[in-house]
Amino acid sequence: MQALDLSGIPEKDVAACQAIAAEAGVNLKDCYQCGKCTAGCPLAEGMDLMPREVIRYLQLGALDVVLSAKTPWICAQCVVCSSRCPQNVDICSTMRAVRLASKRAGYRPLPEADIFDDEFIANVRAHGVSNEQYLAAAYNVKSGHLMQDAENAVRMLARGMVGVSMHNIEGRDEVAALVDRAMAADAARYAQDGASEGGDE
Amino acid sequence: MSRIGVFLCYCGSNIAGTVDVEAVAEMARTLPDVVYVETNKYTCSDPGQEGVKNAIIEKGIDRVVVGACSPRMHEPTWRKLLADTPVNPYMLEVANLREQCSWVHKDKEIATEKAKDLVKMAVAKVARLQPLHSIEIPVHKKALVIGGGIAGMQAALDIADAGFQVTIVERETSLGGKMVMLDKTFPTMDCSACICTPKMSEVGNHPNITVKSYSEVENVSGYIGNFEVTIREKAKYIDYDKCTGCGACETKCPQKVTNDFEQGMSERTAIYKMFPQAVPSKPVIDAAHCRKLQEGKCGVCAKVCPTGAINYEDEDKLTTETYGAVVFATGYKLIDWKPLYPEYGGGKYEDVITGLQFERLVNASGPTEGHILRPSDGTEPKSVVIIKCVGSRDPNKGKAYCSRACCMYSAKHAHQYLDKVPDGRCYVFYMDVRTPGKGYDEFYMNTLQDGAQYLRGRVSKIYREDGKLICKGEDTLTSQQVTVAADMVVLETAMVPADGIDELAAKFTVGRDADSWLVEAHAKLRPVETNTAGIFLAGTAQGPKDIPDSVCQAGAAASKVIGLLNKDKLMSNPQISHVNESLCQGDGACVGICPYGAISIVEKQFRENSRKVTRPVAQVNPGLCQGCGACTVTCRAGAMDLLGYTNESIMREVDALCQW
Repeated sequence: MQALDLSGIPEKDVAACQAIAAEAGVNLKDCYQCGKCTAGCPLAEGMDLMPREVIRYLQLGALDVVLSAKTPWICAQCVVCSSRCPQNVDICSTMRAVRLASKRAGYRPLPEADIFDDEFIANVRAHGVSNEQYLAAAYNVKSGHLMQDAENAVRMLARGMVGVSMHNIEGRDEVAALVDRAMAADAARYAQDGASEGGDE
Repeated sequence: MSRIGVFLCYCGSNIAGTVDVEAVAEMARTLPDVVYVETNKYTCSDPGQEGVKNAIIEKGIDRVVVGACSPRMHEPTWRKLLADTPVNPYMLEVANLREQCSWVHKDKEIATEKAKDLVKMAVAKVARLQPLHSIEIPVHKKALVIGGGIAGMQAALDIADAGFQVTIVERETSLGGKMVMLDKTFPTMDCSACICTPKMSEVGNHPNITVKSYSEVENVSGYIGNFEVTIREKAKYIDYDKCTGCGACETKCPQKVTNDFEQGMSERTAIYKMFPQAVPSKPVIDAAHCRKLQEGKCGVCAKVCPTGAINYEDEDKLTTETYGAVVFATGYKLIDWKPLYPEYGGGKYEDVITGLQFERLVNASGPTEGHILRPSDGTEPKSVVIIKCVGSRDPNKGKAYCSRACCMYSAKHAHQYLDKVPDGRCYVFYMDVRTPGKGYDEFYMNTLQDGAQYLRGRVSKIYREDGKLICKGEDTLTSQQVTVAADMVVLETAMVPADGIDELAAKFTVGRDADSWLVEAHAKLRPVETNTAGIFLAGTAQGPKDIPDSVCQAGAAASKVIGLLNKDKLMSNPQISHVNESLCQGDGACVGICPYGAISIVEKQFRENSRKVTRPVAQVNPGLCQGCGACTVTCRAGAMDLLGYTNESIMREVDALCQW
């Protein structure tokens, strides 16, 4: 691994890291790296960076390391880290903010998580409510993991835990409109941010 | 025939739980010369003590054995008790049945046997003891403080305010020490000079304080209450009675010398005042660099001096005075890092500076008038690396200890740099951040908010590349090698004792540790006393400290001095060495071994075989002797005896253990 040249980190990367934290309402200077977030994380064993390290790299301005990390995509948003942090750093929200920034910048360190996110939103938009059996099927097709959890599907069908019929709620058009509005607002906001960032440079 | 009384204590169940005290008493009754044996649940209690006193009088006891806790605990109690009886307080032996018996054993049978042995030995010894009498030592009500830094000044002021005369000996030309070199003090960031210089003038103007600047201790003799100290006042070549401190001489002096006060970052003249607010506020001539004194030419200062105060014929002056107490406030210096750390350039990079140099750089009256400009080219550094623990916590290259103040002043340096250079970047390499003072951690946290980038790890190497100082380190929090291209590097170097401390401490027989810090008598319970009675410690002479701790310790040392000087007379400990002159060979082995310098060899006249002979014999100074007993085991002729622990009485103890 090449040494990290701290003086060589571009100012815009430092600013981007701070912007990610700001989106989560976090002041990166608050974190004193005690590791309590990592200590309590139920998913840490599957992560490539420990939650503490994600914050550390944000502090250092190592944008690329943060955006290409799998950890924020593995995070289940359970909030254990944030609720136990002695310095009141909202690690959990930071993870979400990193994930969004990573997606916007075109990093897909864990494509499955991104596919699942997209399919979930598409599913809700289409039916007004999540239809798990179709969400699972769509995810399996798009991710290429065709037989993932197939055994479970058979057992769950047999016990009537999931059905074959599609469930559409009343007023699903309104839900779709809500989702569209949220997505449009988000897109507009980042388009604007991007423009202003460009203006600064 | 002696009449020995034995008093055995249960100490509740502390002793009686493991030792059959009654069985020990039964045995004691059979010992020779023992006329009375008593047991008590708590001998040290008021009724217990009353019982001992009554028994002594009723039974006509003339020697006492107490079998109880450690003599460290209650020996003074028993001595005090005996002083109220006809028995001499030194006709006492304590058998330690608790710390050295019941507390360290589990088997009652074995412990009881051991307790019997201990009592047997005590009885054998006490039978051989002689009455001892304390002597009165007069106390000279005057204190000497060595060192005029913040600790020395505080100690001197506290003693002087209590009404006693104090002399401060300061090696440099002004009071102030290291503190007056500092810019700001953590955690309150008050200006160091602004709080230090008023103390300096208070000391300078105090009616009870004599300041001997540019002076050093030449010689010492005597002991607690009576230290006879010779002080060498170095030639200043200026008559301070005539000098008004106008400074005309300094402006005209043609000779330029590296300025040590500014840490070598500027120059001063050969006739100089250390800094504008110096106390005394008068210059001296640095003889080694003065053209007149070296080559006989020049003499400009004498020409311009309006009061004729310059005296090229001046010489060192020696004065001798007697002091009752001495405070060591000799301070510290920074370790010479250059030969130790070639990996940091070993001094070849001008912009790798020490924390003390940074203090002068950031100080408004420093060489850059407070603008942070790097030494090499006078430009403002936009990227500064601060490295902590240089020489500290590094047993291989420097010192094993932590220098205690660096965590805080490095945070202060980072804060000051970011304050003065808002667009600058500041990186602090650290191993730990230790901030256990009041308001300290909050200060460190604020420095993080200022934007200082703390990196956990030591820097391995500094090298120059494209005009930058590349610092290679690791961020151990990410296990990443990191590099920082710095414009200036500040090394926060270890504190080490001031130059010459070994020689000075040896003159006063004050103990030093392996790093030459002066050693306190007890790390917890006697932190400002030394093992030499009448000598006290203040500030960093004892070990690395920050200003609050130094001031605190100076006050504590002063209170001990005041307590001592308040007494008109001291009672000496009579358990000291005694020379049997008829056995003494005068070979001086005892002189060399004595840690207190209490023994000397004198020529004495004797009448031997009906003839007068003069031969050398050892003489013990009763004021200096602390009764350690080193001389008694060193003396080949067996001429040295420790009163209260005579060779004979100890042999009787051994006999009792082996023969009875």
